[in-house]
Amino acid sequence: MTHLPLYQQLLDTCAALLLLLSFAMLSQRRVVTLVNLYAVQGAVLAAATLLLAWRTGEGHLYLSAALTLALKVAFLPWLLHRLIRRLEVYWDTEPLLNVSGTMLVGLVIVVFAFALAQPITLLASTATRSAVGIAVSVVLLAFLMMITRRKAMSQVIGFLSMENGVFFGAMSASYGMPMVVELGVALDVLVAVLVLGVFFFQIRERFESLDLHHLEALKEHD
Amino acid sequence: MSVTDWITQVLEVVVALAAAPALLGWLNQCRAWLQNRRAPSLWLPYRNLRKLFHKEAVIAENASPLFRIAPYVVFGSMVLAAGIIPSMGTRLPLVVSADAIALVGLFAAARVFMTLAAMDVGTAFGTLGARREMMVGFLAEPALLMVIFVASLISSSTALPVITEHLASGHLGLSPGLAFSAVAFVLVLLAENARIPVDNPATHLELTMIHEAMVLEYSARHLALMEWAAQLKLFNYVCIGFALFLPWGVATGHIGPVGLLVAIPALAVKLAAAGAGLALIETVSAKMRVMRIPEFLGTAFLFAVLGLLVHVLLGA
Repeated sequence: MTHLPLYQQLLDTCAALLLLLSFAMLSQRRVVTLVNLYAVQGAVLAAATLLLAWRTGEGHLYLSAALTLALKVAFLPWLLHRLIRRLEVYWDTEPLLNVSGTMLVGLVIVVFAFALAQPITLLASTATRSAVGIAVSVVLLAFLMMITRRKAMSQVIGFLSMENGVFFGAMSASYGMPMVVELGVALDVLVAVLVLGVFFFQIRERFESLDLHHLEALKEHD
Repeated sequence: MSVTDWITQVLEVVVALAAAPALLGWLNQCRAWLQNRRAPSLWLPYRNLRKLFHKEAVIAENASPLFRIAPYVVFGSMVLAAGIIPSMGTRLPLVVSADAIALVGLFAAARVFMTLAAMDVGTAFGTLGARREMMVGFLAEPALLMVIFVASLISSSTALPVITEHLASGHLGLSPGLAFSAVAFVLVLLAENARIPVDNPATHLELTMIHEAMVLEYSARHLALMEWAAQLKLFNYVCIGFALFLPWGVATGHIGPVGLLVAIPALAVKLAAAGAGLALIETVSAKMRVMRIPEFLGTAFLFAVLGLLVHVLLGA
């Protein structure tokens, strides 16, 4: 076994957990559980950020860990749970591809992402550069989730999970983005969820369902 | 090869033969305690085997010779498998003949004979069980191989003793790849040994049974061998798990009597813990529908492949 320092092992474990949670989200059809998984993913992300901040001594990483904890573990899941209760969407419909099929596609995507991240890994000089591949796969898996789901709610959670992946990628490739960018992204996500929350009500008002395939037809009667 | 190596080899097979029924008895005992029932005796499996060996064998009229030889083949493969799994020492004279992939092949051979024998008499239950067993097998085998590949990648060898020596010598580290494959291995173990989420070992009066359906036609000594082989299979799987994920206490290198004195109690403690753990898993989970088994084993495969990928990416 390679003799890695303890913090490195812990960071690797966090990265592996993020990947595992992405797969769990991909296979989960209960929207409530999906939100919980998203919150856990945020918590793992915050733990990884905190670990890295402690290790590198970079002050802004502490701040972004706190931001992650407040926004992605507490506030957004609370907001989403409230939306779920008000809209009464507890289950997603059967995804376009069955669960095992999605999983296999997911595995291929992870291999692809690892190959994609190889050049970045070679360029970066951080201690966490090997986790870039995992960050890319988290992004792509979230993307796959958005493609295979029909309900607006799951697509929004996929979008949020994608942002987690981007955040983790930036963190492992270059110890995080500048504070201004990070704050901007956090604000963007917050506003996006608030706006999408309004959208949910509008979509349901119009079609009496959150199934997005209603939006695919251009005219009402053909 | 020294004399002690041969002694270890013989001892390992003898211990496997002797302890396999006790492991099942202990598992059943733990399960009964967890479910607030009065526990059956630890020696019940032994008494069962003795009873069956003393009975007169009844064989169906239209059974072919295959039906008669299958129990011996299945039992023989399991004994052989017990010989090549390093449960107590890693310098075993037999292990040079077969690596982990051959071990998986040995399990597959036993499975083929068992399913053929189950279909031989031509009863509905036997065929049904054989088909299900094959479904479970073909889904569980790739996952098991993937688990072994993760460990092989880490120690760059497919021979189980080398893997065990490498993992036992390495310092105690968190390895996400190995942790994922450990989860995958537990799922495969449950499926392969007809334990609760996949099959119910406590009954042979259920339409969804797998293992029990295959041995319904057997009686007396044939049944005893089949049951003993099943117990050995459980013992072997648990020992593979120890070799891959809990290699502490196994005597590495050339061992003397002292090494064995450490290895035997270590094995006993690990077996007791594993039995209690399995009983806990079986108590908290419910038997699932047969149609859900592919999903269950798909998850195992996913875990194993994820372990492989994570190891390749992170553990370079």
